[in-house]
Amino acid sequence: MAQTHPDPVLQATDVTKRFGGVVAVNGMSLAVHRGEILGLIGPNGAGKTTMFDLLAGSVAVSSGSIRLNGVEVAGSPAHRRIAQGLGRTFQIPRPFAGLTLVENLLIARQHQTGERLWPNFAAWRRIAAEERAARDKARGLLDLVRLSHLAGEPASVLSGGQRKLLELARLLMADPQVILLDEPAAGVNPSLLEVIIDRIRAINAGGVTFLLIEHNIDMVTRLCHRVIVMAQGARLAEGTAAEVARDPRVIEAYLGGAG
Amino acid sequence: MIDLLGYAAFFLSTALIFAIITLGLNLQWGQTGLFNVGVAGFVAIGAYTSALLTTPETAGRLGGFGLPILAGWVAAMAVTALVAGITGYVTLRLKADYLAISTFGVAVVTQLVALNARGLTGGPFGVAFIPRPFGALADRPALFNFTSCGVVLAVTVLTYLALEHLTRSPWGRVLRALREDERAAVSLGKSARSYRIQAFAVGGAVMGLAGAVQAHLIGFIAPDNYVPTLTFQVWAMLMAGGSGSNRGAVAGALVVWAVWVGAGALSAALVPQAFQARAAALQIVVIGVMLCVILLWRPQGFFGPRRRRTPGGG
Repeated sequence: MAQTHPDPVLQATDVTKRFGGVVAVNGMSLAVHRGEILGLIGPNGAGKTTMFDLLAGSVAVSSGSIRLNGVEVAGSPAHRRIAQGLGRTFQIPRPFAGLTLVENLLIARQHQTGERLWPNFAAWRRIAAEERAARDKARGLLDLVRLSHLAGEPASVLSGGQRKLLELARLLMADPQVILLDEPAAGVNPSLLEVIIDRIRAINAGGVTFLLIEHNIDMVTRLCHRVIVMAQGARLAEGTAAEVARDPRVIEAYLGGAG
Repeated sequence: MIDLLGYAAFFLSTALIFAIITLGLNLQWGQTGLFNVGVAGFVAIGAYTSALLTTPETAGRLGGFGLPILAGWVAAMAVTALVAGITGYVTLRLKADYLAISTFGVAVVTQLVALNARGLTGGPFGVAFIPRPFGALADRPALFNFTSCGVVLAVTVLTYLALEHLTRSPWGRVLRALREDERAAVSLGKSARSYRIQAFAVGGAVMGLAGAVQAHLIGFIAPDNYVPTLTFQVWAMLMAGGSGSNRGAVAGALVVWAVWVGAGALSAALVPQAFQARAAALQIVVIGVMLCVILLWRPQGFFGPRRRRTPGGG
């Protein structure tokens, strides 16, 4: 696969994270190629979510390099990532529960004049025009994830699966190049799961790259072009979903072998 | 009759000044979730800033620069915004009760400085001869009270409109997003640090403005105006009116101030002379009981949006 995608949009090299004496991620490297859907799987406690937090900048690396579009980002704060092209969802979705669905999406729009204090008293027209454009885009994205009938409702009314769809739509407001999805299938009912899989495919076809953590192996098999297996903070195996599923090391890691 | 109306105007002026302070707190707590228990300190800084700049020259104290009242008010907002912004910056890592304790400390320090830095603040004797808007009318008390009330009303309306505009703006939306879920907002590109400092500064500026307006309404300020009771009153006003709503902040201020004044008048009328000083504490009790009743009967306050929240959700 690496030969057919010579263009890593996100690349982690030899990344390590220690929490006191615990090494959660230990010299992990991975490259996400532009346009692919890459799966990151592994048993519980393998360090997948910590790896996500490192890539997203919400946890600082102990050592190692993270490059986004070739630019080193390991030292830059989390709130810069989205403007640099990287968005992430959370294992347990984090909608702004008291805000409406449309407002949830509007928050994610980047470079809004009206988010700075003074222009709100000086540049009314420009802000109003930007708001109209952003609202149109938000409505379109709510359509995309089949939530437009709830556009004016607070996000607290959504079910778990709908919250995942809302998070996805919210990220798309920011036009990211890479999206990190943390367990998109967890706790989602089967019919909504089909919608989520279908929407991820559609968004990927539109040019967005995905890296996803997932335990639902059926979903991984159906979605991911390539899979990386993590165990005990390091990379254990790599290949297609079918290949890694046959790998004896992977089977042992999942069954809790002597490691 | 005209005296009674004059008193009503004075009552309304005082209540509206509380409304302005409460509007400032609503931006910090109601919108952003910042647990600021140092309200009295920021009000004091605004009051003293404007007083020092606008009073005539006084022996033994800095200032008395004799500047116009409006200049004093603008400076009060600027200085309080700066101090509040710095407070926000140094408390960036603190949440909920820890933030509350720190801001409370800022207010206590401010009050102690006002009490002891005689060369700057006049110490326990305070600052007198603060020019009053339309002070030329002072020998006709009723008319003077009406014009003062008009000035305070105008400031309240302007503050309300400005804050309402900000609340509905994309800027205000980011504050609410940070209140709802800071981590998610950061992942969407919002700098929690920057907005937190801004909310502190803007809310502080509003409180400082209220302090300045009050100083010029009375014409005299002293350190014991800015004790924690003031902070308690303002919090009670925001809780009663409905945290998160600017309308609620104003309504809460009017109602709680009416109850406060009413309880004071009642205890003055009913309690024997010898116990009057102690009976004054009953005012706080009455407000506390009222707050309990409101929280049981209508936890979101008069105008607050319906949602479950407790201090500590920071």
